[in-house]
Amino acid sequence: MTQNVQYNFAYLDEQTKRMIRRALLKALAIPGYQVPFASREMPMPYGWGTGGVQVSAAVLTPGDTLKVIDQGADDTTNAVSIRKFFQKTAGVAVTERTGEASVIQTRHRIPEAPLTEDQILVYQVPIPEPLRFLEPRETETRKMHALEEYGLMHVKLYEDIARHGHIATAYAYPVKVEGRYVMDPSPIPKFDNPKMEMAAIQLFGAGREQRIYALPPYSRVVSLDFEDYPFEASKAEHPCALCGATHSYLDEVIMDDAGARMFVCSDTDFCAGRRAAGHLGEMGVPVEEDRT
Amino acid sequence: MYVAVKGGERAIDNAHAWLEEERRGDPAVAELDVAQIREQLALAVNRVMAEGSLYDPDLAALAIKQARGDLIEAIFLIRAYRTTLPRIGASVPVDTGAMACDRRISATFKDAPGGQVLGPTFDYTHRLLDFKLAAEGETPQAPQATPRDAPTPRITDFLNRDGLIQAEAPSEDTPPDLTREPLEFPANRALRLQSLARGDEGFVLGMAYSTQRGYGRNHPFVGELRVGAVEVEMEIPELGFAIGIGQVTLTECETVNQFTGSKTEPPQFTRGYGLVFGHSERKAISMALVDRALRWEELGEDDMGAPAQDAEFVLSHADNIQASGFLEHIKLPHYVDFQSELELIRKIRAEAEAAQAREAAQ
Repeated sequence: MTQNVQYNFAYLDEQTKRMIRRALLKALAIPGYQVPFASREMPMPYGWGTGGVQVSAAVLTPGDTLKVIDQGADDTTNAVSIRKFFQKTAGVAVTERTGEASVIQTRHRIPEAPLTEDQILVYQVPIPEPLRFLEPRETETRKMHALEEYGLMHVKLYEDIARHGHIATAYAYPVKVEGRYVMDPSPIPKFDNPKMEMAAIQLFGAGREQRIYALPPYSRVVSLDFEDYPFEASKAEHPCALCGATHSYLDEVIMDDAGARMFVCSDTDFCAGRRAAGHLGEMGVPVEEDRT
Repeated sequence: MYVAVKGGERAIDNAHAWLEEERRGDPAVAELDVAQIREQLALAVNRVMAEGSLYDPDLAALAIKQARGDLIEAIFLIRAYRTTLPRIGASVPVDTGAMACDRRISATFKDAPGGQVLGPTFDYTHRLLDFKLAAEGETPQAPQATPRDAPTPRITDFLNRDGLIQAEAPSEDTPPDLTREPLEFPANRALRLQSLARGDEGFVLGMAYSTQRGYGRNHPFVGELRVGAVEVEMEIPELGFAIGIGQVTLTECETVNQFTGSKTEPPQFTRGYGLVFGHSERKAISMALVDRALRWEELGEDDMGAPAQDAEFVLSHADNIQASGFLEHIKLPHYVDFQSELELIRKIRAEAEAAQAREAAQ
C-alpha cells in the first residue's frame, strides 16, 4: 500500500463493521455456534488471517492497545504484517506485552498470562467447522450441529484410541461449549484448551469460510474425551532453556547440523517477562543483553 | 542466540524492496506502461476484470504490471481494491440482445440472420510462432466493412419460437449478491452464475471439460457465442428514467443441450448460460457447460455423482483468490501445531517400540 489513499478507521467501512458486529453479537448470544457473515476481500490473502483481521477491525476503537501474535510470538512475519496494517489504517497503540493489550489477535496460541475481563482475544480461524474432515459438506454439518448429532466425532476419537492408544489430535482439539455446540478452537495446541475458560471475550473469525463464532467470558469449554481416556493438555517434557519455565508451551529449536535441540517458550512476551523478573534457564541470558 | 524468527520487520521491508526491483527487471530495457498492457495484453486485462469482478481496463492493466504478470495476483489486487469502493447503485440489466457484436457465431446453424461473424479470433490460426513479432514492424491494417445497424437476433429465440427449447421464466427478483452476503446452500441459479462468472478460468474449464468426458455429460452445442459492447444504463431517481453511463464489452455463450423429456413434458432442448466481462470465450463457454450441469435437479435429471453436478463442490472451490490464499497460507509458520504433533508421534512411537521390545523378550 504505497498509494496515499485515506482509508476508514481500521480499513473497513462502517457498514461492513456494523454487519460484522451484528454477527459477533449473535455469536456471543449462541456460544460456539458458527454465524455466517459476508466476509470481505481484505488486502491480505485468505488463509492469512482475514477473518481475525475483520473481527479486530470491527471491535477496535481509537483508544485500544493492540497486540498481534502468531505461534505465540510478536515478531513472526505475519504478526508483524498484521500489526503494521492496523498501525497504518487505525493508528492504534500497539504493544508486545500481554497485560497492556486491550485487543489481542492471535494465530495458533493463547497467551500464557491469564487474560482479564478488560481484554478481547481474537482468533484467526482457517477451518471453523470441527466436523469438516469427517463430513466435507456444509449442508450436512449444519444439520448435524442443529440436531446435536456429534456421534461421528466420538467415533473418530474412539478409533484414534483403538489404532494408536491415544486420541491422535494434538492441535485444533475439539471442545464442547456450554454443553451444546462442538466447536473448533482453531489450530491451537491442545495444551491451550483448558485456558479457554477465561475472563476475556474470545472471538473467532474465519474470513474465507465466512464464519464468526465466540465465547463469552467464563463460558464452560470442555475438551472432548472419554472417562477412561481423559483429555490431557500436553507439552514437551522440558523446562524453557531461556527462562526456566516448566509450565509454558515450548517450541523446539534445532541448534546445529548434528540436530541438537533447545526448548524455548513459544510465548515470547511471557518468556521475556520471566527473564526480566530474574528467572533464567540453563541457556538464558538476561533480557537486556538479549535485546542489544 | 535464538534469532530465527527475530528481525521479521526488517526482513519483510527488504523482501518488498527486492520484489520491487525484480518487478522492474533490467533497467536497461524500457519500462512497460499501463496503456501498453491495456492495449497489447488485452486478453490478460479481460481475465483480470472478469475474475476481479471490476470493469476497469486501466486498473486491471496496472494490477498486471504490479503483479509482474501473475494474473491471479492481479485479480487479487483488483478484488481488494473493489471491496472498498462505495456502491452508488445498481444498473439496469444489460441487454445483450442489443450488443454491437464484434464476433457472433453459432455452431447449431450453418447461417442465421445476423450472419456468422468471426471477428478477431485465434480460431483457425495455425499456432506457429510468428518471429516477425520479435522484430519491430508495422501491423498491416485489417480490411473494414460497414457494421450492422440492426440488433443481432438470438439463435435460441428461433428455437424458442417453435417451443423446441426450454423457455427461461423471467423474474423480477433482485439477484443475491455474492460479495455482500455469505454463500449458503442451496444456491439459486443467479447465485451460481455469479460465482461461476468470477470463478477461476482454469477451474471452470476443468469442470466443463469433465462434463464433456462423461462426468455429468449434457451434450452441449454452442447455440451462440457473441462478443461485443453493450450499453450500461442506470435509473436516475431525479430523472425518472434510465440513462446510459458507459459501455462494457461482454462475451455471452448460450449452449443448446439435449434433454430427453419427462412424463409431463415432451423432449425439448435446454440451455446453459455463460456471461463474462471482456473477450473471454473459453471462460464463457466453460461457464455455460457448468451452469447446465448444475441444473440437473430443476430439470429432473439423475444425480450421477459427477463433480460438476455438485453445486457445493463447484461453488466452494471456484474462487481462485480464496483457493490460492488458503493454499499458500501453509507457507506461514506452523511450528506450534507441528510441535504438538511431534510430541504425540514421539509418545506413540515410544509406546509401540516398548511393546515390540516386550514381545521380543518373551
